[in-house]
Amino acid sequence: MSTQPRKSVTSSVDVVVIGAGQSGLAMSRFLGERSIEHVVFERGEVANSWRTERWDSLRLLTPNWQSTLPGYKYAGPEPDAYMSMAEVVDFISGYATFTRAPVRTGIEVQSLSPVDGGYRVDTNDGSWSARAVVIASGAFNVPIIPKVSAGIPAHIQQVSAHDYRSPNSFRPGGVLVVGASATGLQLADEIQASGRPVTLAVGEHVRMPRVYRGRDIQYWMHATGLLDEYYKDFDDLNRVRSLPSPQLIGTADRTTLDLNRLSRNGARLTGRLMGVRDGNLQFSGSLRNVCSLADLKMGRLLDSIDEWIDMNGAAEARFPVERFAPTDTGAAACLGIDLGAGAISTIVWATGFRPDYSWLDVPVLDRKGYIRHDGGVVDAPGMYVLGLPFMRRRKSSFMHGAEDDARDLSEHLAVYLDRHGRRGSLKLAI
Amino acid sequence: MSTQEVVIDNGVNIEAILGAREALTETPAAAAFIWRASSEWVSGTQTRSTVEKFFGLGEEHSHRQTFVYDTDHPEVFASEDNGSTPVEMVLVGLSGCLGAGIATVAQNRGIQLRSVKTTLEAPMDLAGILGIDGDVRNGFETITVRYEIDADASEEDIKAIVAQSQKRSAVFDIVTNPTDVNVQVNKV
Repeated sequence: MSTQPRKSVTSSVDVVVIGAGQSGLAMSRFLGERSIEHVVFERGEVANSWRTERWDSLRLLTPNWQSTLPGYKYAGPEPDAYMSMAEVVDFISGYATFTRAPVRTGIEVQSLSPVDGGYRVDTNDGSWSARAVVIASGAFNVPIIPKVSAGIPAHIQQVSAHDYRSPNSFRPGGVLVVGASATGLQLADEIQASGRPVTLAVGEHVRMPRVYRGRDIQYWMHATGLLDEYYKDFDDLNRVRSLPSPQLIGTADRTTLDLNRLSRNGARLTGRLMGVRDGNLQFSGSLRNVCSLADLKMGRLLDSIDEWIDMNGAAEARFPVERFAPTDTGAAACLGIDLGAGAISTIVWATGFRPDYSWLDVPVLDRKGYIRHDGGVVDAPGMYVLGLPFMRRRKSSFMHGAEDDARDLSEHLAVYLDRHGRRGSLKLAI
Repeated sequence: MSTQEVVIDNGVNIEAILGAREALTETPAAAAFIWRASSEWVSGTQTRSTVEKFFGLGEEHSHRQTFVYDTDHPEVFASEDNGSTPVEMVLVGLSGCLGAGIATVAQNRGIQLRSVKTTLEAPMDLAGILGIDGDVRNGFETITVRYEIDADASEEDIKAIVAQSQKRSAVFDIVTNPTDVNVQVNKV
């Protein structure tokens, strides 16, 4: 990346962990338990993305009881509530203190490149050599903005979910939210509540109720084993790894946020945004089908929960089986909007995020720019990645998913270091 | 519990399709297909189209035979009615594509189909194509596809097959989403 002449390597260490979020800190904990010498580089403060790259009202999609890290768990008075971003930052920072992780904050990795016997890590504060590297810099660094955005007329304000903080910065007028994942629905709901008319462009999505038969849906996903499903058991990993986040919101009243609620509150639903031509937005005529796919899939999820309750004779059998109304897509589909007519003044892109590997000078990216890896073991010796969606398990990108993945990969990493002459063990031998 | 293995056969070679999927994931260039048709105006509103060659897997292919389709307009349009209208051909294409998808998805999910019957209906206001009202579009107002399916599966599972078939259908995509159409003209 850097065009400046390379400074000589000033320090060396067995393992560099890049990123001090839940994944990097979990890995640090396991490396520490194995007495593997390592350092954790953090470009900002601990839990940086949670601090600086999320919108104001965001709360975790998982309840507090589910917020666990290796040797650490939520111990507050509200196990069923959902952490605000400030609480997440406190939780992760508390973990860094608890584990005494060797975190160096304010260290930005500018380049990671292969050298004989390992990697060279160039930072804003000197260069390091490492025998192994763990990339824990997150899966949601950069907003994905679809190409159609290039054709949006200049008078329309465009905001990504990455830059969005609250609707207060919006001009008056209607807002088009593009994307129906957790992000899209939460932003649509909040913008609608601010008094701006919302249109929501809906592609494929994952619908589920917040609470089912007396329990948070995350409880059922955990109990039925869904969250622990292992990546090797899937033929079509690409598909499961690119599933949008489920339509959930963390609120005090554990409300269900779905497309029906948004329409009831006045939002207009359209199909996926497909194009812009002569100032006209073009929406897909597939809204009915994507809703039908999501409704059917939710039905299968609820069926599997009901079966689990029956099979296990669970106490929740006292709560009645419930099925939710199919998504109402309205009588007439909206296939286009003339941006010249003034109904839309702002477009919010809630069309997903991707990791930022602009600093990665190792040829491990596939043709779409994602890291080639097998359950986090990257296609380069001694390199690992953490925290990607469905990386090893369905829960991989969640807070509570860090533990099992980091444990697995730390084990792999330890074997790798032993085979390739671990500095620590050499010292012991002397 | 029966130990007899039930053989599901919808006439779809699912192993070949899954094999092709895997192969094309490895070699993305081979997945680039080009579909073609050529046509010649016959007379009046009648056009004869032929379909013969296509490109894919890195080379030219020919259908087992050349297929010929006549399109025309009915007598109420003061035409000869020597073929179905082009808009009906769109319905034929949609139904053909969804049908192929239903059989394939059902095979992949181990569901035996016994019968799949479809009717398609698409209202159109002629005020569009006749230029009577500029606010009326030329094409269909909507398309309604009704399936009657007899299969060894629950109603939910059958609905899921049809939904998945729409999700993976080329013609469903073509009719629901905009396509950049490039018409070039040469004087000969």
